[in-house]
Amino acid sequence: MQALDQIFVTLKQWILALSFWPDVIKPILSALISIVPIMVVFGSCFAVTTIMERKGLGRFQNRYGPNRVGPFGLLQPIADAIKMLTKEDIVPFSADKVLHFLAPIVLCVPVWLTFSVLPFGRNMSAIDLDAGLLFFFALGASSELAVFMAGWSSRNKYAMVGAMRAIAQMISYEIPLVLSTVTVVMIVGTLSLNDIVLAQTGFTFGFIPNWHVLTPWGFAAFLFFMIAATAETNRAPFDLPEAESEIIAGYLTEYSGFKYALFFLGEYLGLFAITGLAVTLFLGGWSAPLPFLNFIPSWLWFFAKFGTLIAIFIWIRATVPRLRMDQLMKFCWKFLVPLTLINLFTTAAWHFAGTWQFSGAPIVRWLICAAIVAAAYVGMGRGLTLNRYPKRIYRYAE
Amino acid sequence: MPSNGPSLITFFVFAAITLVSAIGAMSLRNMVHCGLSLAMSFAGLAALYLQLNAEFVGFAQILVYVGAVAILIVFTILLTKNADVHLPRASRGWLSGLAIAFAVCAAIAVPILKSPSLNRLAPAAPSHSVQRIGEQLMTTYVLPLEAIALLLTAALLGGVVIAMRDDPVDKLKPKADLQPQRRRGAEAAMESTSQRLGG
Repeated sequence: MQALDQIFVTLKQWILALSFWPDVIKPILSALISIVPIMVVFGSCFAVTTIMERKGLGRFQNRYGPNRVGPFGLLQPIADAIKMLTKEDIVPFSADKVLHFLAPIVLCVPVWLTFSVLPFGRNMSAIDLDAGLLFFFALGASSELAVFMAGWSSRNKYAMVGAMRAIAQMISYEIPLVLSTVTVVMIVGTLSLNDIVLAQTGFTFGFIPNWHVLTPWGFAAFLFFMIAATAETNRAPFDLPEAESEIIAGYLTEYSGFKYALFFLGEYLGLFAITGLAVTLFLGGWSAPLPFLNFIPSWLWFFAKFGTLIAIFIWIRATVPRLRMDQLMKFCWKFLVPLTLINLFTTAAWHFAGTWQFSGAPIVRWLICAAIVAAAYVGMGRGLTLNRYPKRIYRYAE
Repeated sequence: MPSNGPSLITFFVFAAITLVSAIGAMSLRNMVHCGLSLAMSFAGLAALYLQLNAEFVGFAQILVYVGAVAILIVFTILLTKNADVHLPRASRGWLSGLAIAFAVCAAIAVPILKSPSLNRLAPAAPSHSVQRIGEQLMTTYVLPLEAIALLLTAALLGGVVIAMRDDPVDKLKPKADLQPQRRRGAEAAMESTSQRLGG
């Protein structure tokens, strides 16, 4: 079982140990062996997710979804790819040619880089950075510039409006996103993603996993993180930046062919990266949920959790209608940000209650923290909705 | 400056990126291009920090400067009216400007090159640098940290005060009074329509 768990690590070491490599290229080769599988796996994840999303959305909306290409329409991604690559690449006459060309690249490169710090299994991360979490967010922040470049260089009002919306949304939701991860850093005391996963291995009472999502503060932070991640990746119900029924396609309006495909790829990869981070921070990364399930390889657990979260993202997209711009901002600044700040206090309380010695202390600690989280949620929810939304008057529709 | 071959090459590449984009930020004609070029320069600087094993500083540089400050600069440019104005080439007396620039550069460079700090050996890179930065911030430097936090909070509140409307009560009041009237108007319109339709 140990061999199967470490099969990719052993494989890499075996390839590197082959005698015919000159010493000069060994570092490059080692990097390549780490990078290429990531690109292949998440590139094919992209293809699979597009077809699953279209099929799933179809089922949610009482239709079949794509069903013409191949058995059950499963070859649709290949058809899509061929279509995208053979389409004419149109650059508007008045567009800023250089920035219009650079924008998709600036979006894609940092997103690929974020995968380098995620631990996909035991001993399986491309680089183990001491400040891995900071690295992740630093690269995520640079995607805003790409969106701006795309919107501004298109010289199109819809594109500009879309870019403005996207940037306002990304900057606003970055605060709850980062604040909800700070809780994990407070408890574990490290920014290294590998150490964060290691802190979540093991079980309380022999069967409850030490995942952060099972603590009151972790559960709250996980929910905030998922909401902020949905907004950060511009997915429904936060897809205002490319709301096709209002502003055509936002900053993607003037993109076609391969560049559009790159944007599409960048968005999905951003979703994958942030989902991988959610799994790492809150769902125990590659650790098994029950002790007797430890025989299943760690990387399989990571991808099982990863797939589940992606499915939840698709489910949310199919279920919740799009927000209005003012609702979006109000929800972030008046609800999410205060709640994440309160959650920091809950986490501190949890940390200091860890020193209690009397019998039953863990349960008391859990209950107190859960009470704080619930009280904050109910209080903030009531305070926000009380008399804020007067009954809407329909002039002609009643 | 790193001593061995490959890292020397990367050092010069990053230095070139930083300098060229900094020059672009000064001399490009389009203001938005200048802003983006400055962001590129920030990124190059972050790469140089990373090469010096200053992980935290490098990532913070990207997070704060490339992520936040660059967006702020670009938005400021867009909100000013001459975002698309192509400015004329800068001053005519560029020769005197060049002389002054060289003089200032020499005035800074000569003391630096003479100072004994250049002979000092670099200390070994600490293993858990980020953790140590955090510990130092929370113990030795906690007072400056709190002062900065207070200052930033004050700035935030100031921003909210400026952005807030002056007297929201007066502006909302007539609206609240109008609401029933408008509704009555709508109902009257409906009634007249239905009458006309013979309903």
